[in-house]
Formats: sequence, C-alpha cells, structure tokens
Amino acid sequence: MDESEFHVKQASASSHPSSSSIAHKPLALINARLIDPAALDEKAGGVLIVDGLIREFGSAVTLANLPAHARIIDCSGDCVAPGLIDMRAFIGEPGAEHRETIATATWAAAAGGVTTILARPDTIPPVDEPAVVDFLLRRARDTGRVRVLPSAALTSGLDGAEIAEIGLLQQAGAVAFSDGARSIRNARVLRRVMQYARDFDALVIHHAEDPDLAAEGVMNEGEFASRLGLAGTPREAEAIMLDRDIRLVNLTGARYHAALVTTALSLDIVAKAKSDGLPVTCATSINHLTLNENDIGDYRTFLKLAPPLRGEEERRALVAGLASGLIDAIVSDHNPQDVETKRLPFTEAEDGAIGLETMLSAGLRLVHSGEISLGRLIAAMTIRPAEILRLPQGRLKIGAPADIIRFDPDEPFVVDPAKLHSRCKNTPFDEARMEGKVKLTLIAGEVVYEAE
Amino acid sequence: MANPPNKPLFPHRHLLGIEGLSAQDIEILLDLAEAAVEVSRQVEKKRTTLRGRTLINLFFEASTRTQSSFELAGKRLGADVMNMSVAASSVKKGETLLDTAVTLNAMRPDIIVVRHARAGAVHLLAKKVDCAVVNAGDGAHEHPTQALLDALTIRRNKGRIEGLTVAICGDILHSRVARSNILLLSALGARPRVVGPSTLLPPGIERMGVDVFHDMRAGLEGADIVMMLRLQRERMRGGYIPSAKEYFRFFGLDEAKLKLAKPDALVMHPGPMNRGVEIDSSVADGERSLIREQVEMGVAVRIAVLEALARHLPNG
Repeated sequence: MDESEFHVKQASASSHPSSSSIAHKPLALINARLIDPAALDEKAGGVLIVDGLIREFGSAVTLANLPAHARIIDCSGDCVAPGLIDMRAFIGEPGAEHRETIATATWAAAAGGVTTILARPDTIPPVDEPAVVDFLLRRARDTGRVRVLPSAALTSGLDGAEIAEIGLLQQAGAVAFSDGARSIRNARVLRRVMQYARDFDALVIHHAEDPDLAAEGVMNEGEFASRLGLAGTPREAEAIMLDRDIRLVNLTGARYHAALVTTALSLDIVAKAKSDGLPVTCATSINHLTLNENDIGDYRTFLKLAPPLRGEEERRALVAGLASGLIDAIVSDHNPQDVETKRLPFTEAEDGAIGLETMLSAGLRLVHSGEISLGRLIAAMTIRPAEILRLPQGRLKIGAPADIIRFDPDEPFVVDPAKLHSRCKNTPFDEARMEGKVKLTLIAGEVVYEAE
Repeated sequence: MANPPNKPLFPHRHLLGIEGLSAQDIEILLDLAEAAVEVSRQVEKKRTTLRGRTLINLFFEASTRTQSSFELAGKRLGADVMNMSVAASSVKKGETLLDTAVTLNAMRPDIIVVRHARAGAVHLLAKKVDCAVVNAGDGAHEHPTQALLDALTIRRNKGRIEGLTVAICGDILHSRVARSNILLLSALGARPRVVGPSTLLPPGIERMGVDVFHDMRAGLEGADIVMMLRLQRERMRGGYIPSAKEYFRFFGLDEAKLKLAKPDALVMHPGPMNRGVEIDSSVADGERSLIREQVEMGVAVRIAVLEALARHLPNG
C-alpha cells in the first residue's frame, strides 16, 4: 500500500468511532434488501439514521417520508445489514506491528464490513494488565476505523498458571477474557479461573485444543496428512479439552465460549451442554466453514491453521451446525503472518490466515451454494456475537448504534492479495473467485469505508 | 471465682470445637469470660482455680497471640504452664502425632492446649490422652476460642448477638476462624454471611446456614459487624486470586466499602492483619475497630474455658 495515501485516508476517518459531538444530517439508506438478523429474514425497505443511531428501519423508510434535510443513499436493491462483529482477530498491537497495526486491521475490517473487532490478548506484552487495555482503547480511538474491543488474559502472562486480574481488567474496559491461541492445560487452574470469572460475570473464551495430544500435529490427522508425510492433530485433541471445559462450566457456572470448534465431535459436546442449559456458546472460523484439508494441496502454508482445516465431512457438519443455530458465531480468526513466517516448509510455518476483509464474501459462498440462508449467515456475524459480548450493536433496532453495512451479494470479483488492506497478505483465498462485495460501511452513522 | 448459684455447669470434658455446643454451653463460657475480664483488669490478677495443675501448650504450628494468650490464662489461674512448640517439619502426621500424645500423657498433664495444621488432628489426639484437651486451631476446621472471644467482643459492644447480621469476609476456604464463627453465631441466633471470591469459599458453604456474597458491596449492606479474615501471603498470587492489588480493590475493607454497612457497624479481625490487603489501616485503626479489644477478650475467654474444664478434672 502507498503509505502517504494511507495516512490521508486514515486522517479523514480517524474521528471514528468515538466522535459523537459533530452535528450530522440524518442519513437514509433506501431501496435496500434489509437483512434483519434477529428475525433471520429480509424485507425491502430502508434505514434512517439520526445522531448516529438507528431512528427507524423497514418498509416505511422510503423517499416519500424522510426528513427534508436527510442525506439519501439509494442502495439500488443491495443488502443492508448491521455491521459484522468479529470475536477473534489478532491485530498486531502491541508488539507485532510488523504484522498488523490497529490502523491496517481496522481498515481491512471496514472494507470487509466488520465494524467491531474483539482483539486477541496474546500480544507482546499480553493484555494481562489494565494499562495494556487502556493502551489498546487509546490506540483504537486514535488510529482505528472501526470499533476495537480488548479482550484480556485469563491467566497472568498467558502462562496458564495464575489467575489474571480479571476484575481490574474488566474495569479498564476488557469485554471478554481468553488466553488467545493458548489452551489452559491445568484443569485446577481453569476451574479457579472460571470460578473467579463467574463472580465478575466475565465471559471466558477458551481455545480448546489439548496441547499434548495436538503436540507435533501440523494439519488434520488422517489419510491426507499421511500422504503428505505430515504429522496430524486428531479431532479428539479438541473434543477432549472441550468436554473437560464443559464439565468445569457445570461445576463453576462460568459463562463460557468455545473460541473455535472445528469437528462434529465438538458439536455434539456443545449440543449436549446447551440442552443441559449451561451458559455455553461456540464459534467456528470462516476458514473451517468454507475450506477443507484438501485445499492445503501442495503444502500451501496459508492454509495452515490451528485447529487445522478438517475433512469435508467435518466441514459439512459445521455448516449444518451453523444452519441449525448450534454454532453461535462465525469469526474471521484473522491472523496476519508475514513472508518470514509463512514461506517455510509446511511443518515450520506459523499457523494463521488473514480474514477480516474476506469473511463476508467467503461466507456468501455458503449462501450462493444453498447451504445456509443469508439471514443465518448474517446473524452469526452480527446479533449472536453481540448477544454473547452484550453489545448494543449487531442488530437492526431503533436506538441501536448505526453500525451498518451495504453490500451487493452477487458482485463477482477475484481476491487480489495486493489489494487487501491488511499489512500481511496470507489469505487462503488467494486468487479465489468470490461473489459479494461490501460497498459501504458505517460506524455510528459515519462512513468509514466506501467502495470505489 | 465461684460459679453463680443455680447456673448450669459446662457439661463437656474437652473443648474441641463449637460444633456440638448448645447455645446454653456457649452462654456459660461467655458469662464466665465476662467475669474474667474484670479480674484481668485488677492489679491482682492471680487466682487459684488451677493451682497445682499442669497445662501444656502443644503447638505444632507457630502462633504468637493464641499461645501467649493461653499461657497468660493458665498462669492467671495458677497453673504450671509448659509451652511445647513442635516444628511442623519434624512431626509427620498419624503415628508421630499419637506418639507425642502418648509421651505427653505419661507426664500426667491436666489440660493440653493443641494447635495443629491438619483438620481433625486435635480430635485424634484427644482420644489418646486422659486429660482435658482444648483445640487452639486444627487446620481449616475449627478455632473455638477465637469464635468465643469474637462473640464476647460483639456482645459487650452490641449488647446482644441474636439478630445481628455478621459479614465474615475474605478467605473463608482456609479459615478455621470462619467455620467456628459461623457455627457459634448461628447457634446464638445471629445471621452470619460470608463474603469473598468463589475461589476462597468452600463449596457448599451455603448449606452451613449462611448467605453467600461474591460482591462485597452487596455483602456489607445491612451488616452490624464486619469481620475481616487474614489472607495468607502465599495465597495472594494467582492461585486463588489474581493479586493483592486486585484483592484489596474488590475485597479489602476500606472506608468507602464500610459505608455500605450499617452506620453503627463495627469492624473485627482475628489478626495478624495484612494492612492494605484485606483491610485498610484507616479502618483497622479507626474508631469502629474492635481489633484491640478482641485481643483482650482472648485472654478472658481462655481463662473461662480453662475454668470450665477444670471442674471436670479428677478431684476438681
């Protein structure tokens, strides 16, 4: 990207999302397909935005009955939906600015229709003390285009040994707690963390992957791994730890969210927990919903993920779980890795793929193929994460913040990594053909991204 | 001091815990202690109740105030007092404890006061000796004389115990003081509640008849007595709570939190205190603090307990 151009754009958008002092004209998006994630359906209509909030939405919002001075955007039949909420993204700051910054991550997010990012806490230093939460909030305010919410560590130093200062971190502004991509091995530690978090009504987000069983694994265990000569990670590495976690939820009453479920085994465990009435939710990644282990093909390291991409049967089970609502949320699992960490033999390469900018377009593949409805896809990227994180966004509701996106679900394009806004280009959809592009992204009624 | 006429006698040979004591048993001890307070405030404090008797303080776990308090109580009653501090490392559980008991028993003491780091150790020892045994604290189980001195302190300041709301705050999990206090306060008709993070509360504690609060602000509301517990240093980092800083912020008693209790609420702490961890100095040293009075009551209560048990000694 051109740095000077970047700074100009950045400056023009830097007042988002915190500004509310500027008096704005009402803004109306009309002639749209309104996707209402609460109802899982759509209808023709528009959205009227006043003072950064949704004033009205639905079929009554037409050209005929708008305030006289309103600014009008005719959506020409494009979809209009709440902005996406991504519960899992690594945004570089602090400590890995060579991979990503809040500026670049939120630019990619805005271009992808993501209006709220829950930032992973496994930074350098980790988000395990209130000062780091404060730093993130200030950086996001000063350099972010979309909303950035800090998550903070469950354990001090992400070491899986000592409870982090959950109360003080929460007061500083952390909205959820996790050890990022690390799993807490010691059940006693996790039990106490959950007990303590429960007292503060804090959300525990856990990456459930048994580090001992996953050990040397670099992709899904099975025939394909064996053919490639790569060590595999069995599905049980996820299921065993998830099962343990659920038992601890039952013991402690903590609010628990499984950061990433990728197998049918895990879905059974979550289904049981939910039917038992436990406060359990789960997410899967856009990658696991739209790709499988065969896409690794000729050792493509951009498809090396943790947990790994699974077989096609597992992917189908995930899509079914999404369609039924068993899977609550879809995350980008945005994880920028640069050339030094990806242009390596598969075994040595880092895990991770970027995803903020392509998550909606990739998700629309499932809609176009008839696997899930558009309403369900959008709900898993908006209202469900909002409910889990207890945010007012992510819904079409009178009085809710007007974080709104407009997208054409059918516009075809080819993913060109060079044009992506993330600082790293490790997209698993390199050169992929997609249909569906974000045209406009609003935060509190203000434009933070507009397609050329 | 003579037992007041027409008053029942303390019916137990040992004092192993508050558990098993009736409200009447407790009142007997508190009444005796009340009288002992007056005696201890005179110039001539010495009495003869235990003259010729041998009291052994057997402490398997270090203690300053409890041990010296029992020692002083024994001496004021005229007993010969022997202090045995047995380093925890040199004594293992089980057989060695019993060996010690048998050895001591052969020395023909009249009363043994025992503190041990393991719950149930004092009860075990009591079965193997012929003399009276007083539990001066066994693990996280009971510390009956502490509960009695707390009750005496409350009664003298509030005029009653029945009906009072007593918030016991902090590390309930590891606290023998909390358990004995819950039992005693419940027996006398007070309403004890416990306040602390879940990690420091014993599972099922609500079934001991207490209300449980994880938010100190809610837990202090309407409290007549705020009883703070000591948080051991080794438990401050990570295992049970994140840090001393966070603990003080959410569970430490300071002026602001104390305002949530009743306007005439009083503050107690069994000591030794961690200032700035579970209690702020301004509260600990403030006018609503009963902490120093608790120490004075400690001697009186131990005099009362030794007196009560002396009546059951052979030729007593």
